[in-house]
Amino acid sequence: MATSTLSQQDSRLAVHSLFKRARGGDEIAYLLTLASAVGILVIVGLIVVELWINSQPTVHRFGFSFLTGTRWDPNGDHFGALPFIYGTCVTSLLALLIAVPFGVAASIFLAEMAPPGISNVLTFLIELLAAVPSVIYGLIGIFVLVPFNRDYLVPVLTHLFGYLPIFKGDFYGVSFLSAGLVLSVMVVPFIVSVSREVLLAVPREQREASLALGTTKWETTWQIVIPNASTGIIGSIFLALARALGETMAVTMVIGNTPKITASLLSPGYSIAAVIANEFAEASGSLYVSSLIFLGLVLFGLTIVINALARIFVITTQRRGS
Amino acid sequence: MATPQAIRPTQINVPIETESVKASPMAKLKIRNLNFYYGSFQALHDIDMAIQPNKITAFIGPSGCGKSTFLRTMNRMNETVRNTKVEGELLLDDENLLTMDVTNVRRRVGMVFQKSNPFPKSIFDNVAYGLHVNGIRKKSVIEDAVQRSLEHAALWTEVKDTLNRPASALSGGQQQRLCIARALAVEPEVLLLDEPCSALDPIATLKIEELLFQIKNLTTIVIVTHNMQQAARLADSTGFFLLGKLIEFNDTRKIFQNPGKKETEDYVTGRFG
Repeated sequence: MATSTLSQQDSRLAVHSLFKRARGGDEIAYLLTLASAVGILVIVGLIVVELWINSQPTVHRFGFSFLTGTRWDPNGDHFGALPFIYGTCVTSLLALLIAVPFGVAASIFLAEMAPPGISNVLTFLIELLAAVPSVIYGLIGIFVLVPFNRDYLVPVLTHLFGYLPIFKGDFYGVSFLSAGLVLSVMVVPFIVSVSREVLLAVPREQREASLALGTTKWETTWQIVIPNASTGIIGSIFLALARALGETMAVTMVIGNTPKITASLLSPGYSIAAVIANEFAEASGSLYVSSLIFLGLVLFGLTIVINALARIFVITTQRRGS
Repeated sequence: MATPQAIRPTQINVPIETESVKASPMAKLKIRNLNFYYGSFQALHDIDMAIQPNKITAFIGPSGCGKSTFLRTMNRMNETVRNTKVEGELLLDDENLLTMDVTNVRRRVGMVFQKSNPFPKSIFDNVAYGLHVNGIRKKSVIEDAVQRSLEHAALWTEVKDTLNRPASALSGGQQQRLCIARALAVEPEVLLLDEPCSALDPIATLKIEELLFQIKNLTTIVIVTHNMQQAARLADSTGFFLLGKLIEFNDTRKIFQNPGKKETEDYVTGRFG
């Protein structure tokens, strides 16, 4: 043993100095922070491993065709995930399509144009939107948005753009369109608050350099401030996308819960998170349960892939920009 | 003791005492009774000055004396700061600068800042930016103007093969010269420089001083500096500011060799500041 080779005095000194150093805090702080960081990684790893182990029956039965299968028939023990993947992607993209222009425009107003007092109040109110529980959004979706869409929005859309495949067919209220609209309201606060912060963080020197060349305020905002903040704005959009992909409750309440792939946004559909929430409690049989768990893994993978793409995108644009 | 308000009328009508100001009919910029406030704090008190065309005018004085604030009133950059107020008269070629369209003022009166602030764009695009926003689209015109501006800023030979590289890859001194080129590209009648060399080493500083000397015939230069030797080397006229007041404004040689005021003498001989 190592200590037996030391004289008693040496070992006492060694213990003494260890205590002294530990009391200094560096070692303790290092170990504690390291443990926290590793712990988080371990949890993420365990989630993936657990999902993978529990989805084995489905993996063995369907393999890769689970991802491309379009039939979801629990009674016939046939499971395909594509309608759900499609629904998740369509509603999320629709939400971004609506939320990004509004959110970015609002953040430009709040950061660049509104007086600071008004900007702070408005930002607080917009951030409150993020604190509303999603079940409330679902209720508003059912009782306000769905009737509104049926009576006003969809008649106008079909009248103007009815020739487009995305606005064809009958509309019963619950649909991709309604889910996308609810989601867009839910993700807007993420875009606004993060984008506003990054716009405000653009250095004063950059604005002054542009103004000093005789540009108007808007030219400076558009050509200098926004490009300076573009990385952060894109980050806020991906944050919103991650939120939209995983949103469960509000989507379940307005999407229609029908596992079908249709081009029309007016048709009902289904999303990954919604089907897991709806069917897990009554899933009977190991193949049914493991298919739902595999769907969870797919959703997890989808968010990871999208976040990775976002990171790559940000890194490449940064390198080009500065 | 007479209040400033009581003195002001006589100052307007009577020819002003210092030599540089005597030639005011041909002055590029004329400033009369300029007062400037940050909220309730008065940063500038009754400044009178005439800035001669195609000369270098330097402002010296201790930190917080108002020299940068004064410089920033000349292109109305102070308006971007909230809760400020300017009173008095600022004439650019006998046109009232305070009532002109502000973008027009800033196109005619360019500015270079203390910290070099290139845009996160390529070297070429940095210089071309001012031309783009001023509506110039023809490629050959822009290319010529970019080359000319970079030559005037003594940067062309160093960057002519790397115009598409990001400006951030340049050294600090090169970045500041790029900012000068960017300002020169829109052919300003006056170029304001706010301590342009304070973050640079002596060699980079010398390069900028040399180029300023070279471009004197193109534009009127006004420079704020902490460095008295720089003012002595560069400037035709020098103004000494203290506590928001213009203590003395005269030929540079006079200011440094035979100052008219006790405060100026104390400052330039290093007795305070």
